[in-house]
Amino acid sequence: MEWQPSAGLEALQARAGLLRQVREFMQVRGIMEVETPALSRAGTTDPAIDSLSVALPRELRYLHTSPEYPMKRLLANGSGDIYQICKVWRLDESGSRHNPEFTLLEYYRVGHDYRQLMQEVGALLALLIPGLPAAPVFREYRHCFLDTFGLDPFNTRPETLAACAAAHGLELQGGQDKLDLQGWLDLLFSHVIEPGFPDTGLTFVYHYPAAQSALACVSEHEGYAVACRFEVYLGPLELGNGYQELSDGAANTRKLTRDARQRSREGRSGPVIDRRFLAAMQSGLPHCAGVAIGLDRVLLCRLGEKRLEQVISFAWELA
Amino acid sequence: MATYNTSEFRSGLKLMIDGDPYVIVENEFVKPGKGQAFNRVRVRNLKTGRVVEKTWKSGDSVEAADVVDREMEFLYNDGEFWHFMVTDGSFEQFAAAESAMNDAAKWLKGNEVCTVTLWNDAPLNVTPPNFVELQIVETDPGVKGDTASGGSKPARLETGAVIKVPLYMDQDEVVKIDTRSGEYVSRVKES
Repeated sequence: MEWQPSAGLEALQARAGLLRQVREFMQVRGIMEVETPALSRAGTTDPAIDSLSVALPRELRYLHTSPEYPMKRLLANGSGDIYQICKVWRLDESGSRHNPEFTLLEYYRVGHDYRQLMQEVGALLALLIPGLPAAPVFREYRHCFLDTFGLDPFNTRPETLAACAAAHGLELQGGQDKLDLQGWLDLLFSHVIEPGFPDTGLTFVYHYPAAQSALACVSEHEGYAVACRFEVYLGPLELGNGYQELSDGAANTRKLTRDARQRSREGRSGPVIDRRFLAAMQSGLPHCAGVAIGLDRVLLCRLGEKRLEQVISFAWELA
Repeated sequence: MATYNTSEFRSGLKLMIDGDPYVIVENEFVKPGKGQAFNRVRVRNLKTGRVVEKTWKSGDSVEAADVVDREMEFLYNDGEFWHFMVTDGSFEQFAAAESAMNDAAKWLKGNEVCTVTLWNDAPLNVTPPNFVELQIVETDPGVKGDTASGGSKPARLETGAVIKVPLYMDQDEVVKIDTRSGEYVSRVKES
């Protein structure tokens, strides 16, 4: 019987050191550590994320996929800057760089905008992954496509993107009509653009298409509606996802309602809309920026390992 | 028709792609921060042996290939087909065409237990035992006492295969060969 951990002792020690450094970083900046429920009645209605459910005798609850909703309820109630380090769960996300249960650092800065947060995340990751030779690179989503394919992602059609994918040897099984415009952008971004990011330093990608805004503010930039959101990478590995948080109560309600409708159209089950979260947004979220960072992946980079099970004590198959 | 969902993908799973049977070599789950997830998969065509990369939208279903591996004893070659018998006592026999034999043919003289991969109940691929023992039928005379120089010479075996053997080996001697590398392993002493 295989009972030993999938991670070595050195990785476990490195994890303990990493958590200590994160907490010191937060303490120095006056950011308060909080805990919020992992098992809730409501949950995310994001069409791209599926929750794990837990059947209790009288109700169905869901394991959180991120602590975003309850942390925003704390912010709306005047908590000020807060952070949380917690386990989160995402259904069917399994691979060498995905473990269905993983450790997230999520934190919010009141009064900051997403550009300030990018700088701070850069400093945090430089601390957690020492020895990166190159300074961070900041790239707009649109320019990633223009530079790589000569294609404007804000002004293109699915057929054009499908032809571009074929030209790059990307064979999508099951036919061209499998994907919509956003799906083709995701395919090209994840299969061609991400692998081109340097592994000598961090890459920040920002100004995503408004369709990928999730709960980030949308603003106009050079005539395009862009989401005030960023993702941070080391090489092709995504480490974090940051937002200028959408604070408008009505906009939050519209977004979650639209997502829930899409899920039901696609015949997918999952949690109901989080009404308590929306009530908090109606009452008013302060102007803030927030980010979620996958700490297992950060540890992977810190140790120069290749597979998540090397840094997780008992990876999914051994859990 | 049996199918697999992409969430069941793992190494060794057999799939039908464009009418051919494939086996998954490596499955990678790829997902942008917010958006569509994909399975990027390295698959080997079981007919040609070629390895290619394919991408599925996560959540899609793929037809399963009816491919199984069975242990069979090689009986004889009739000039066109290679005949095998299942070793489970059922006496069930299968005939493999030349195309399924690949390299296996040159290591088999009879009675070896091979792994025969069946696709829709027809032999698709034959894997010989990892080690076989065969007699040398033709080679230059052995150099007496030369067990240290490390030199080698070609030798033809009873099945027609030609391998490299140490200089001290002689005709009629029996050698042990690793069929995965096609290399000489050791001399087999006559008992």
